Amino acid sequence: MHSLEHPKLACGHLVQFRSDGPSLLGSRCRRCDELYFPAARSCTRCSGNDLEAWPLGSEGLLWSWTIQGYLPKAPYDSGETDADFTPYGVGYVEMPSGIKVESRLTVADPAALRIGMRMALTLEPYRVAPDGEPIFTYAFAPALPAAA
Amino acid sequence: MDDVAIIGIGLHPFGRTDGLSGQAQGAYAVREALADAGVPWEAVGVAYGGSQDAGNADALANLLGLTGIPFVNVANGCATGGSALASVIAAIRSGMAEIGVAVGFDKHPRGAFNPRPADWGLEDWYGQTGLMLTTQFFALKTRRYLHEHGISEDALVRVAQRAYRNGARNPQAWRRRELSFDEIAQSMPVNLPLRKYMFCNPAEGGAALVLCSARAARRYAGKAVLVKAAVVRTRHHGSFEVFSPSLAAHQAPAPTVTASHAAFEQAGVGPGDIDVIQLQDTDSGSELIHMAENGFCAHGEQERLLREGATEIGGRLPINTDGGCLANGEPVGASGLRQVVEICRQLRQEAGARQVPGRPRLGYTHVYGAPGVSAVTILQAG
Repeated sequence: MHSLEHPKLACGHLVQFRSDGPSLLGSRCRRCDELYFPAARSCTRCSGNDLEAWPLGSEGLLWSWTIQGYLPKAPYDSGETDADFTPYGVGYVEMPSGIKVESRLTVADPAALRIGMRMALTLEPYRVAPDGEPIFTYAFAPALPAAA
Repeated sequence: MDDVAIIGIGLHPFGRTDGLSGQAQGAYAVREALADAGVPWEAVGVAYGGSQDAGNADALANLLGLTGIPFVNVANGCATGGSALASVIAAIRSGMAEIGVAVGFDKHPRGAFNPRPADWGLEDWYGQTGLMLTTQFFALKTRRYLHEHGISEDALVRVAQRAYRNGARNPQAWRRRELSFDEIAQSMPVNLPLRKYMFCNPAEGGAALVLCSARAARRYAGKAVLVKAAVVRTRHHGSFEVFSPSLAAHQAPAPTVTASHAAFEQAGVGPGDIDVIQLQDTDSGSELIHMAENGFCAHGEQERLLREGATEIGGRLPINTDGGCLANGEPVGASGLRQVVEICRQLRQEAGARQVPGRPRLGYTHVYGAPGVSAVTILQAG
């Protein structure tokens, strides 16, 4: 298991590190309260441009999902080739506020994914830097059932 | 408003044409359309056209003749053809020209598109981490739609099956082999629930139209088809569109819904009046969703209509009689105009083995393009 305390991230500005783990960071329109991910410069709902950073949380429900079955072309930069490509899950996760965040999923097995299941934010290595260090991105994993 | 008529149609067959540039295929389509209209290129007073990957449309003038006309390049994703058409119509209505040409063409590299995030106002990580793929969007929208409306994955297979069945009757289609239910249902998973034979392929081809005011149409040789509506709309905040790192809490209707409403209002007819239909079928799921978004059925009704054969050439709602994008492939710039060419053929009773029976009078076309643009036309036999 990689340390999730100071990983190299492809998208560091999207993730906040809290004592209980990573959390997604977006923005909120101060005029109409609409939420954005990633953080937006202007509000497409009310045309305002006064937005503030806003935590979106780290848990949600799976809203839709697919499995990426072929190696994407550039700008995808996982370093994989057709020979060693591993399909990965992609989904929208509905956060408590109602915003749905698009994300890689740690699971790519159709039998293990269903709409409405609980998902938790994690970080997942998706490529290796030239110096051998893994580069992470945010991802959602099926949440473990709460302890009884 | 003055009606505008399509007096010439032209198509360079879609598929792969090695050794012929996209521009050459576009020019071929224009020459076909001019010959069909009985109009020389020198008589054309305005042209709009576009291509995603095959260069500038106004470079076609180098092949057709440098007559000095305003020739405007259009770039609206898969809605490029519909946007070019709407622009030509507006130009003719405004009195800017008597005769106009709309043209679209393309020549894409093989395999999926690979857009650059910055071109779409997105951050690099979105493409680098493998989330910026159009096929993912179609799959995610389809999965959610099937879930919300209780539709089984069988319906996705039936859409594709009918597309290849119709393509087999179309001498100009790229994919002309009928596929069995199992062949489609068991084909390679591309982005589940969508599989290989449920997706169209980026391809090559050209399509062109010659238009003039309806009043002037009788002066020309071409069989006129009247344009009753040509509408382009973009997305509203909250609609579920391609290249969206997130979706708003409250969903809004797709641009297809607003474009379709506006087109029906402009034409003064309803979905029940339409005799032959072209819907954007980049994939089986999109066609299914577009059936309802364009008002041709209720959400959730699609599976029954497909099973009953309502969408077949002889059915009540004939959809994509030429095989659609699934059988023709998608040269982005040309795709929307191919739909219009097919509807004109149907309304002119020239569709041969795929002719809709009973003299169709009203036809409908719809395209959807990134990042959330829809174009709809309603056409009437002249």
